[in-house]
Parts: sequence; C-alpha cells; structure tokens
Amino acid sequence: MDIVINISSGLCLFVGSFLCLSGGVGMLRFPDFYTRMHAAGVTDTLGSAMILIGLMIISTGFLVFIKLVMILLLGMLIGPTTSHVLAKAALHNGLEPQLGHEDADNKETTSSNP
Amino acid sequence: MKRHTFNLFLTLTAFWLLNSGHYSALMLLLGLASIVFVLIITKRMDVVDQESIPLYLTPNIFGYYLWLIKEIIYANIVVVKHIWRGQKSICPALKKIKISQTTDMGKVIYANSITLTPGTVAIDLIDDEILVHALHFRDIEFLEGSEMDRRICLLERK
Amino acid sequence: MIIAATLAIFVAMILAIIRGIAGPTLYDRILAVNMFGTKTVLLISLLGFVMGRPEFLDIAIVYALINFISVICVLRYSDTNEFKHTPDEKESTDKEC
Repeated sequence: MDIVINISSGLCLFVGSFLCLSGGVGMLRFPDFYTRMHAAGVTDTLGSAMILIGLMIISTGFLVFIKLVMILLLGMLIGPTTSHVLAKAALHNGLEPQLGHEDADNKETTSSNP
Repeated sequence: MKRHTFNLFLTLTAFWLLNSGHYSALMLLLGLASIVFVLIITKRMDVVDQESIPLYLTPNIFGYYLWLIKEIIYANIVVVKHIWRGQKSICPALKKIKISQTTDMGKVIYANSITLTPGTVAIDLIDDEILVHALHFRDIEFLEGSEMDRRICLLERK
Repeated sequence: MIIAATLAIFVAMILAIIRGIAGPTLYDRILAVNMFGTKTVLLISLLGFVMGRPEFLDIAIVYALINFISVICVLRYSDTNEFKHTPDEKESTDKEC
C-alpha cells in the first residue's frame, strides 16, 4: 500500500514538474506576448494541479489535504481572470498580436498549414 | 435572499473551520464574529443574490467539470507539443466567435472555460460575441459551434 | 521526488524571471511576474513538505491572494499613458514604468 502511494505521488509530481518546465521553456521560445500567455496557461492549469495532487496523495491529516484543495481551487479561479485582464489591457493599449499568415479578424480561415 | 444568506453563512463557516486548526471557545467566538461582520458587509453592499451564489447550477455543474477537466488535459498535451516543436508549428489566430448563451452567467462560464483551456484565451466579451486568441487556428475552428457551447446551453437551462 | 520537483519549479521560476528581464514589452514583464508568483505558491507548498512543516500552506494561500491582487492593481491603471504600447520602440528593450 505504501509503495503504491509513493509511486503514484511521484508520478504526479514528475508530470507536474515536466509541465512547469515546458511552460518556462515556452515563455522563452514563443515569439510574442499573446503566445507566451498560452505557455503560462499550461503551468497555471495542469502543471500546478498535478503537483498539488501529488502532494495531496502523500499528505498527512485532513486539514493539510483541505488546504491543498483550497490552493488548487484558488489557482483555477485566479488563473483565467488574470490572463483575461492582461490580454484585454494589452489589446486595448495597441499591442498587436502576430498572426499566422492568412487569417485575420472576421475572415473565413482558409485551410493550409504553415 | 434569506436562502442565499444562509448558504453564504454555511460556506464561510466551513471555510473558517477548515482554515483554522484551533477549536477553543475564544477562537470559535472570534470566527463567528468575523463571519457575522462579513455577512453585514455583503448585506450593505447588496451583492448576495442569484448571481453571486448560483445555486441553480449545482445539479448539472459537476458533469460539466468532469468534461472540462478532460478537455483541459487534452489541450495541455497539444500546447506542450507546440512548445517543444518550436515556432514553426504554431499559427496564431484572432477571431470573433458567436455564442448562443442568453444569460450573463452562461456567457461568463463560456468565456472562463475558453481561457482555462490552454491554447485559447478569451480577450473580449461584447454582447454575444467573444474575441478569442488561439495558438493555432484549428483550435478556434474546433471551438465554433462545438460541444462546449452546447454543454453550457444545457447547463444554464434550469 | 519532492526535492526534484522543487528544483524543477525553481528552474521554471528562473526561466520566468529571465523573460521578465528580457521581455520587450511591459505586458511580457507583467505576465512573467505573475507566473513567478504562481510558481512561488507551488514552491512554498513543496518546501512545506520537504521541511515537514505543513503550516507553510497557510502562507501559500496568502501569497496566492496577494499575487492576484497585485496584478489586478497594476492593470487597474492600464488606461494611463505609461501603458500605451507604441510599436516604434519595439526594439528598445528598456521601458521603465
């Protein structure tokens, strides 16, 4: 029983760490602000959720478990709000997103891959 | 109004009891005082109503959450693939999409769900259109008239 | 495994702060600082488990709230002139506010 708990928690922590690292790398690699926001979204949603679930599995005591759940719910509520406010402020202040080659606002997207 | 205040009281009590690990009489009294204080403030601000405590969503919301978690995991895998493949694989797009929800709550749930799934961000919400930025334009095509819209329409119907 | 996860989060925080220093626009910096804050919440929770002191989770909750409020407060002033993005100085890296 003990080994099952350890392995599953380690697996969750590993996946979470990998996702957070990927998000960090994406922050550096992506070309403009709006695409970087998606990279930050990866670490905000599944990355932190996986790490917190991994901690929940090995947590001792009920209060610790509930506090981890609270941090998870708080993150899920805060993440979209922040990115929405940030994106709206950026767009209204004239930061133009780099678009893919042919589709723009209000047009039918033609299907051809980059 | 009474029902919503009572539910807010229950939520705050649970929140306080779970956050504090001390259950002596003095602590409980202080907690009760702070809860009553918060209730008075919310009453004066007039924010306790159908909108801030959406009880009518409860029967259907958990099924929607399960579906949304599945969707988030799928979208995460897609975005991580884009990250490791580099700039060549992405094709960012900005587009207005129509939504068919009628209530404010439904619209907000839809916009939040779009933002919560990585790869798509809802930038602006005007009347019945959402301005969406996506990492790849196929994500927007997937979003238009898709399952998420239909499921939220089911959700907001009482 | 917890220590490995802590190190991974630490590296992610360093990557975020590099973007915060290098980021060409003001919004990149705000995004990087926000991500740094959310990673700090995770780091505090993990450190609580490494050191065997679960009381750190309370600090993590408070830190999450402060982080949220600070980002919202900065963006509250986003209609002032300092926030206007002018494409001409896209290449100039330093735009202090």
